[in-house]
Amino acid sequence: MSYKTIIEDDIDVLIAGAGLGGTGAAFEARYWGKDKKIVIAEKANIDRSGAVAQGLYAINCYMGTRFGENNPEDHVRYARMDLMGMVREDLAFDMARHVDSAVHQFEEWGLPLMRDPKKGTYMREGRWQIMIHGESYKPIVAEAAKKSADKVFNRICVTHLLMDDAKENRIAGAVGFNVRTGNYHVFKSKTVICGAGGASNIFKPRSVGEGAGRVWYAPWSSGSAYGLMIEAGAKMTQMENRIVLARFKDGYGPVGAYFLHLKTYTQNGLGEEYESKWFPKLTEMVGKEYLDTEGQHLSHKPIPTCLRNHAFISEVNAGRGPIHMVTMEAFQDPHLEEIGWHNFLGMTVGQAVLWAATDVDPKYENPELTTSEPYVMGSHATGCGAWCSGPEDVSPEEYYWGYNRMTTVEGLFGAGDAVGGTPHAFSSGSFTEGRLAAKAACKYIDDGKAQGIRVSDQQIQDLKTKIYKPLDTYKVYSNEVVGGTVNPNFINPRQGLDRLQKLMDEYCGGFGVNYMTNEKLLQIGLKKMKLLEEDMEKIAARDIHELLRAWELNHRVRTSESVFQHTLFRKETRWPGYYYRGDAMKLDDKDWHVLTVSHRNRKTGEYTMEKAPLYHLVDEA
Amino acid sequence: MPTFVYMTRCDGCGHCVDICPSDIMHIDKTLRRAYNIEPNMCWECYSCVKACPHNAIDVRGYADFAPLGHSVRVQRDEEKGTIAWRIKFRNGKKDMDLLAPITTKPWGKFIPQLADEAAPSKEMRDSELLFNEPKYVRMDEGGLHTLKSNGLKLKAGVYY
Repeated sequence: MSYKTIIEDDIDVLIAGAGLGGTGAAFEARYWGKDKKIVIAEKANIDRSGAVAQGLYAINCYMGTRFGENNPEDHVRYARMDLMGMVREDLAFDMARHVDSAVHQFEEWGLPLMRDPKKGTYMREGRWQIMIHGESYKPIVAEAAKKSADKVFNRICVTHLLMDDAKENRIAGAVGFNVRTGNYHVFKSKTVICGAGGASNIFKPRSVGEGAGRVWYAPWSSGSAYGLMIEAGAKMTQMENRIVLARFKDGYGPVGAYFLHLKTYTQNGLGEEYESKWFPKLTEMVGKEYLDTEGQHLSHKPIPTCLRNHAFISEVNAGRGPIHMVTMEAFQDPHLEEIGWHNFLGMTVGQAVLWAATDVDPKYENPELTTSEPYVMGSHATGCGAWCSGPEDVSPEEYYWGYNRMTTVEGLFGAGDAVGGTPHAFSSGSFTEGRLAAKAACKYIDDGKAQGIRVSDQQIQDLKTKIYKPLDTYKVYSNEVVGGTVNPNFINPRQGLDRLQKLMDEYCGGFGVNYMTNEKLLQIGLKKMKLLEEDMEKIAARDIHELLRAWELNHRVRTSESVFQHTLFRKETRWPGYYYRGDAMKLDDKDWHVLTVSHRNRKTGEYTMEKAPLYHLVDEA
Repeated sequence: MPTFVYMTRCDGCGHCVDICPSDIMHIDKTLRRAYNIEPNMCWECYSCVKACPHNAIDVRGYADFAPLGHSVRVQRDEEKGTIAWRIKFRNGKKDMDLLAPITTKPWGKFIPQLADEAAPSKEMRDSELLFNEPKYVRMDEGGLHTLKSNGLKLKAGVYY
């Protein structure tokens, strides 16, 4: 193998993946670790990487305590309600009490936040969302990360975390390869903050062919947060809690600003309001505590996102589709019309392109909506991710093991999609989580917890062999056939991805089966996953770019297996509209008002599942 | 909409290769110009379009649902701090110019160099505070919210 091994030694804080979470971590780490060596490894270029690469038109998590708008606990209660109770409320409270300080700094750095000219407050889109001109959101926060970091390694695909050979279950860095030079990079570090992303493209997408990249979450979100951490033996939580998005059809343009700010609304193909007629039956499924239409109406509590999806899906199945977004009223106001277009250009340009291509002018025509394929992630309205310690002054015993946002692997921290049980963090909350993790990581080092780490040459060499194996496989077997992509000895990353997406869709509740699964289907799915895992040993890459895709697929497969295990474990339908367990169609608070926690044995690959207690914020009295 | 590159405008400078989050803009070795090597992994994020100094990159809506004959062009100006869009419909009936700010400050100047900030005290290290806190949470003298300050506790069980 001609690729060089490049070792970066003596790192204190390694940030693996620098989207919003990772940039927050890099920025903050410098304050608490003045003399510490802070290094970023990122598979793209941090100026445009992660889910916010394209920009955002809103910051979806801002309390506004300075304007007397909300307290952190209000946000926790909102997230709890939206996720049908399943939130790590200690982590959510902690994020919410810090998040405003991140947003205020963004404004100071130059991020254009819109102001309400009358009130002087930030322009609200909804109770938690503020409107921004965020085309350069990512380049701006990347600038902050660059100022703090000692080194930024762009274009390094981190494939594995390094484990300490001196002490069981302790982190020692990470390895990966440069997607341009192909060189092998070894980062020896006392701590790692995993800022890698959640998972798009693990369920079969609705788009086909060339359009397969048109997914809601970025196609480069390859589930690496989970792939890396599960492989390191970190416990995961709420991996069954995938999210399905109701969005503008085909382009997946965002609907938040449309609903909240432009006051557009949905109707069925007959022009009727349809949501409320599904609620009585839905209340029977989930209980009055979760859907009390009368009470909710009185208290103005929003209906949980999954339940609104359920009404959407049911109405379409009843033959009264398509569901339309009624834009024709709002768009008569030229100011609102402009906002509607800016909203897409700021974060989902493709939707603007689609409407231009199909001559859909929302001023004269109500556009169609659809429900997307499911996504597995932990920063939007869902909470997949690692089981992490909370802050000392908030967390109960079961949620606390010394360092904020540290996973169950010593010295391995998470931020953004990587942290489980913290939905509704979004961009600002992910950045905040990165800051919290960075402070804790510095403390962990200062407390002497990272002493005596040893990484054997054997470990480094074994991982190198493993990483480049797909290139070797290609070299050995490609000439056995005349040409083309069909080979009896290997599959390429795209073929592997297609297989994964098909089986996730059909057995784990994708859009193709109306989000329905059950124990039998999940068992079959897991069997097929096992075979896919065997074939992953025979994945072939014809060049370095395909090697990148091969390792992304590895992370997606690892993520998917966890999703299967969690979905199998939770024997209830907790989030109708996200997925259904056909063999347990009701929400069951007696047995399942708990968080699900999994552990994959690093050596055997065996999964063990457990229930963790749910703590809720209640008034002291 | 996947990106494509106009042959006569591209000079192979590689700015798009540097910025593409999906690693799909590559230089063709024979033509020495950039092209999209994997359109089905393109998120239509426009990062490369914005980065191209020659306006050589454009997009054509995804073939699986977008008819031909539309255009969404962009000019991002870091110095002026603005982004300008032009959207043209397929039927020619709509042609929009839209302008938005991308920053309110000169690039990078107002981001603090944390290495130069005064080191945090031990008290601050042992607290729950982050850099610039508590001030930046509320921009006043108020402290950080805690369970105690807000009259809360965490209780195990079924609460809604």
